[in-house]
Amino acid sequence: MRNLLKILIVIAILAAVAGWFLTAPRPVSDDLFDGLTGDANRGALVFAAGGCRGCHVAPGDKSEGPALLSGGYRIVSPFGTFISPNISPSDAGIGGWSVADLGNALMAGVSPRGQHYYPALPYTAYQRMAPQDVTDLGAYLDTLPPSDVASQPHELGFPFNIRRGLGLWKQLNMNPDWVLAQAGTPELERGRYLVEAVAHCGECHTPRDALGGLDAGQWMMGAPNPSGKGTIPAIHPSKLDWSAGDIAYYLESGFTPDFDAAGGQMTDVVQGMAQLPAEDRAAIAAYLKALP
Amino acid sequence: MKTGITLATGLAFAATLGTAALSDGHADKAALAAVKARQATMQLYAFNLGILGGMAKGAIEYNADAASAAATNLASLSSMNQMAMWPPGTDNGALGDATAALPAIWNDGGKVMEAGMSLATASAAMAEAAGGGLDGLRGAIGAVGKSCGGCHDTYRKPK
Repeated sequence: MRNLLKILIVIAILAAVAGWFLTAPRPVSDDLFDGLTGDANRGALVFAAGGCRGCHVAPGDKSEGPALLSGGYRIVSPFGTFISPNISPSDAGIGGWSVADLGNALMAGVSPRGQHYYPALPYTAYQRMAPQDVTDLGAYLDTLPPSDVASQPHELGFPFNIRRGLGLWKQLNMNPDWVLAQAGTPELERGRYLVEAVAHCGECHTPRDALGGLDAGQWMMGAPNPSGKGTIPAIHPSKLDWSAGDIAYYLESGFTPDFDAAGGQMTDVVQGMAQLPAEDRAAIAAYLKALP
Repeated sequence: MKTGITLATGLAFAATLGTAALSDGHADKAALAAVKARQATMQLYAFNLGILGGMAKGAIEYNADAASAAATNLASLSSMNQMAMWPPGTDNGALGDATAALPAIWNDGGKVMEAGMSLATASAAMAEAAGGGLDGLRGAIGAVGKSCGGCHDTYRKPK
């Protein structure tokens, strides 16, 4: 009897240690950004492709100049409401962050203090970003105007308010493999990089499972809007019959083939996509047409 | 005397109710007619934009006369006085699936007028540019698209 108790205690301790280990935040490797220098002009394009402005400017800010990234955008989800933080270069934002800090946030979802970020920041996509692009993005973010607006805490109930638990979520959902395993041409590779890593299209256009992870088996098949209002359309070729030219032109102009104009969050996406070189929009279109 | 006043008030009240009830059915019809008119306007925008956009993206061969005609149409349409097509109470909350127009159109202090003006301005610039060559048309269509998106973003219910 006493032996059994001892065994149970040992098992409990092992489980606790394993749990602690499994939920531990894991930053990216220290040397990932060694020797890289940021180019703010190139970073501006990464910023545009990533649609960072869409979530990180104040709600209703439709200005077109350098973005004031004071945050405050509310993402309503079944787990609670996430409120985008200030990421401007100020004490209230990400002023003073190193490139490694930015890389950890984007590619590992880990804060400079070593805590998990919630996947409202789409690091399951950004984990595939090129370290050079992260470095360039950092250089660009440093050129933007500072905002002193304090970031607001997310509005989450138990148990989702326990950040440590995100370690388990990451174990399930941090998959660095490409969804489109074979990208046979440089154009497809570029399109895959833009769609699956930087522009994080799947975050809205792919449905999620009960735990909020993307269902890769339904990649780009459309999804209910997590806010509960309306549906986000499928952009998989089995559901969307636009030509590659139609898709590229939509991303440039906001016009559908019927010359309806984009609305909702896609207006922000188009504003960014329109700034990219035409080859990038063509690459995204080629990627979408190539999905199996 | 007191009874007289009460009676008069009561009658007036009943009359008001009656009018409201009567005009309700009428209002429905009028509301739906307004919705139809503005949706038809949107379709005319889209039809003329289809010609301009088709040329811009290379799906249709550029033709100065056709471009100019479409752009002039667009400019005329967007400078039309549309007030009667947007009566209060014809939003998506009141009429459901008949319209995607959000209540914000009527209750954000007239900002929607600015959005409408930006379409008129961009279309006027397009009307100037469209007949003068494909590059001019391409240069002008971005602002038109932006003005469409500027309105849809805030005032149209997402699909």
